[in-house]
Amino acid sequence: MSIVTVQLGQCGNQIGFEVFDALLRDSHSFQGLCSKRENEAYQTSCKERFFSEEESGVPIARAVLVDMEPKVINQTLSKAAQSGRWKYGQHACFCQKQGSGNNWAYGYSVHGPRHEESIMNLIQKEVEKCDSFSGFFIIMSMAGGTGSGLGAFVTQNLQDQYPNSLKMNQIIWPYGTGEVIVQNYNSVLTLSHLYRSSDALLVHENDAVHKICAKLMNIKQISFSDINQVLAHQLGSVFQPTYSAESSFHYRRNPLGDLMEHLVPHPEFKMLSVRNIPHMSEDSLAYSTFTWAGLLKHLRQMLISNAKMEEGIDWQVRPPLSGLPPLGKMSLSKDLHFNTSIANLVILRGKDVQSADVEGFKDPALYTSWLEPVHAFNVWKTQRAFSKYEKSAVLVSNSQFLVKPLDMIVKKAWNMFASKAYIHQYTKCGIEEEDFLDSFTLLEQVIASYCNL
Amino acid sequence: MTQSVVVQVGQCGNQIGCCFWDLALREHAAVNQKGIYDEAISSFFRNVDTRVVGDGGSISKGKICSLKARAVLIDMEEGVVNEILQGPLRDVFDMNQLITDISGSGNNWAVGHKVFGSLYQDQLLEKLRKSAEHCDCLQCFFIIHSMGGGTGSGLGTFLLKMLEDEFPEVYRFVTSIYPSCEDDVITSPYNSILAMKELNEHADCVLPIDNQSLFDIISKIDLMVNSGKLGTTVKPKSLVTSSSGALKKCHKKPFDAMNNIVANLLLNLTSSARFEGSLNMDLNEISMNLVPFPQLHYLVSSLTPLYTLADVNIPPRRLDQMFSDAFSKDHQLLQADPKHSLYLACALMVRGNVQISDLRRNIERLKPSLQFVSWNQEGWKTSLCSIPPVGHSHSLLALANNTCVKPTFMELKERFMRLYKKKAHLHHYLQVEGMEESCFTEAVSSLSALIQEYNQLDATKNVPVQDLPRLSIAV
Repeated sequence: MSIVTVQLGQCGNQIGFEVFDALLRDSHSFQGLCSKRENEAYQTSCKERFFSEEESGVPIARAVLVDMEPKVINQTLSKAAQSGRWKYGQHACFCQKQGSGNNWAYGYSVHGPRHEESIMNLIQKEVEKCDSFSGFFIIMSMAGGTGSGLGAFVTQNLQDQYPNSLKMNQIIWPYGTGEVIVQNYNSVLTLSHLYRSSDALLVHENDAVHKICAKLMNIKQISFSDINQVLAHQLGSVFQPTYSAESSFHYRRNPLGDLMEHLVPHPEFKMLSVRNIPHMSEDSLAYSTFTWAGLLKHLRQMLISNAKMEEGIDWQVRPPLSGLPPLGKMSLSKDLHFNTSIANLVILRGKDVQSADVEGFKDPALYTSWLEPVHAFNVWKTQRAFSKYEKSAVLVSNSQFLVKPLDMIVKKAWNMFASKAYIHQYTKCGIEEEDFLDSFTLLEQVIASYCNL
Repeated sequence: MTQSVVVQVGQCGNQIGCCFWDLALREHAAVNQKGIYDEAISSFFRNVDTRVVGDGGSISKGKICSLKARAVLIDMEEGVVNEILQGPLRDVFDMNQLITDISGSGNNWAVGHKVFGSLYQDQLLEKLRKSAEHCDCLQCFFIIHSMGGGTGSGLGTFLLKMLEDEFPEVYRFVTSIYPSCEDDVITSPYNSILAMKELNEHADCVLPIDNQSLFDIISKIDLMVNSGKLGTTVKPKSLVTSSSGALKKCHKKPFDAMNNIVANLLLNLTSSARFEGSLNMDLNEISMNLVPFPQLHYLVSSLTPLYTLADVNIPPRRLDQMFSDAFSKDHQLLQADPKHSLYLACALMVRGNVQISDLRRNIERLKPSLQFVSWNQEGWKTSLCSIPPVGHSHSLLALANNTCVKPTFMELKERFMRLYKKKAHLHHYLQVEGMEESCFTEAVSSLSALIQEYNQLDATKNVPVQDLPRLSIAV
């Protein structure tokens, strides 16, 4: 089944390009350490999911590019075409002349309604091209104006127009110390709206990815393309084809549906994050060997101790001993010690994958009490290796990972809101103080729910 | 991509404008080697087939035929505009986009605003409408003027109200040259304060600059060049400090070097909107991020490294030095010390080969020494533009919404009061039709209110930041 990607704003379009590039490179440039037949099945499945074919044979990404000003889309289109391996559809973009000015209200209340018809038509065309349609993958940032505001508007429209299709929003959380001054307002408004209309929010934090670039990849002067490539790698390892069950013979048909089914059992809990292991520069990779036991042990500890990457993991953190009463409400004022999960999905790719032992993830102590581990934990194993990694593991987790960052954003936004700073910029586009209050209320609810796991 | 129109008013405004157009042409020539009229150039220039008579000559794509500046030149004396039209830039300006008169405003705001305002109202409107029609998507008017004189100050601010009424959706960015202490125009405090009321009410964003700061910066550059320590060679292609690539270091006109700094400011301000980069910043984002409350829209600017403003080839110093300098009081274009005052918001616009990690590292490094208002502790807006200024590898423009503008305003008010108490020169103003004493008192109270806003913010400076109680949810 196919996924239609909607790339919104500068961030969404820049990342979207890297994602498609990473997917195609993995599928076509690497042998995958498996049989030829296996590899071909993988390639076919990947292609069906993300690309459509044209007469010339060059795969065309199943994507709609939206931005309110032309520079980034032009750049993205030409970079794709230059790669020679794939490209974007000629008529798959919607562009305007003047951006949203980092104003969520402008993206949502002005650009949204004004361009609703054109954008939805484009999306419709792309959906029609799919023989069988799995759902939408929407890439956007929270801090700006177009990705955040227009993204929220489009997601809402998708919910109305395609009520039976799934929507996963890939959201980029900005650096804690300012990329945009009103980023916290934009974030609060975006998250609260998406919580109502999206099915799952897959979150990546710029700070965390930046650290991966610095510490694991050893990049000295980190650029946004470096960051986007790390992101694309993580997403690729989640979305590339996987087998449907332990001893199955074909690749999963419904990636989004399967992800949602396993990870979002309750609509109050929609925030997912990704951790992968290993991740390193190509030079280091040549000299490293891995065992599944080692990788999984680290990944489990990353989950438990809320580590963002495989370096600097706090090994002191342990799950509560089973049989004892739970540790009680998570306190935001102290350091988070133990990360409770609602649901986890581990995807393993590579050599000897069938021998990998994931028992450690089935420990009931890791999970909240209202789901049995057998429902809360799933593992997908695939022989075909991903990218250049002989063995790789990725964890998609619905857990307390994001509570602290979310709380921080709400806190800063609330402090600013109390002084009414910048509010006039939003009210002049139709977003009133009550809308802000509604958003704050919803997010406080989400924070409280996650804290009480 | 959007377009902007530059409205240059008065002697100062037109001289700076002239430098701006010169630099803009050079920048585009350096970036656009193939001579194709693209969206970046169209932000400030029209492409015109000069063989076509009248209005139909605009060409929107393809090779550059003849570039015309999107500008309106206004002056109530002919001298300056005539000089421009006889100079090397004469072909860049559209003859239809000028408004001149003969007698000048006599350094009198009232003459500029009331007399010439009403006299030329229709013509002004017509020229502005014409320039807007030539734009596909007009985003911003850049007004350049001085505060101390009569035309720039009076007629320039008359324009603001007109622009607000006629083009409410288009931003009004005003570059205002404030009079220094030793300004030789005696009535400059009157003119400035009367103008400030208009700026308070009708401008979206004001970049106040004063001549003393510009002069100090030029002296610093000359010192760097003359000291010989850094091994200087004159660069043939960089943005020059005198308008005709001359090798001599003395400047043809006294204000040339200073005007070039302001011209550079405007170029850098718009670079991220015109050129590509990994983190773009459009003009509407400047207003959105840097203006937390409508009245507080005065932004102090600084351009670093200094040598990007000069004609010289100094080996680039450490990147981090560029960031440190941006916050020092010696590099501000206004006599102000932002480091020791309170920041409401700060924007860093970087050009050239600088990546996000360099930006982050420097923000982390400099943050502890800067004071931000309690509700905007992380008040940074950043942008990265890939195209550096001509002849250099990188540059930084810092825009600060900071209470350090307060002393400038207070001092201006004091100079005003010294004159006003004695009613000195007041009759020149009051004899103009439409002027009354109330104009003066209203202007002063408008300024006093603004100063009071800054005072209130300053009072919060050293108060420890406390998180406000959050909404409590029944679980």
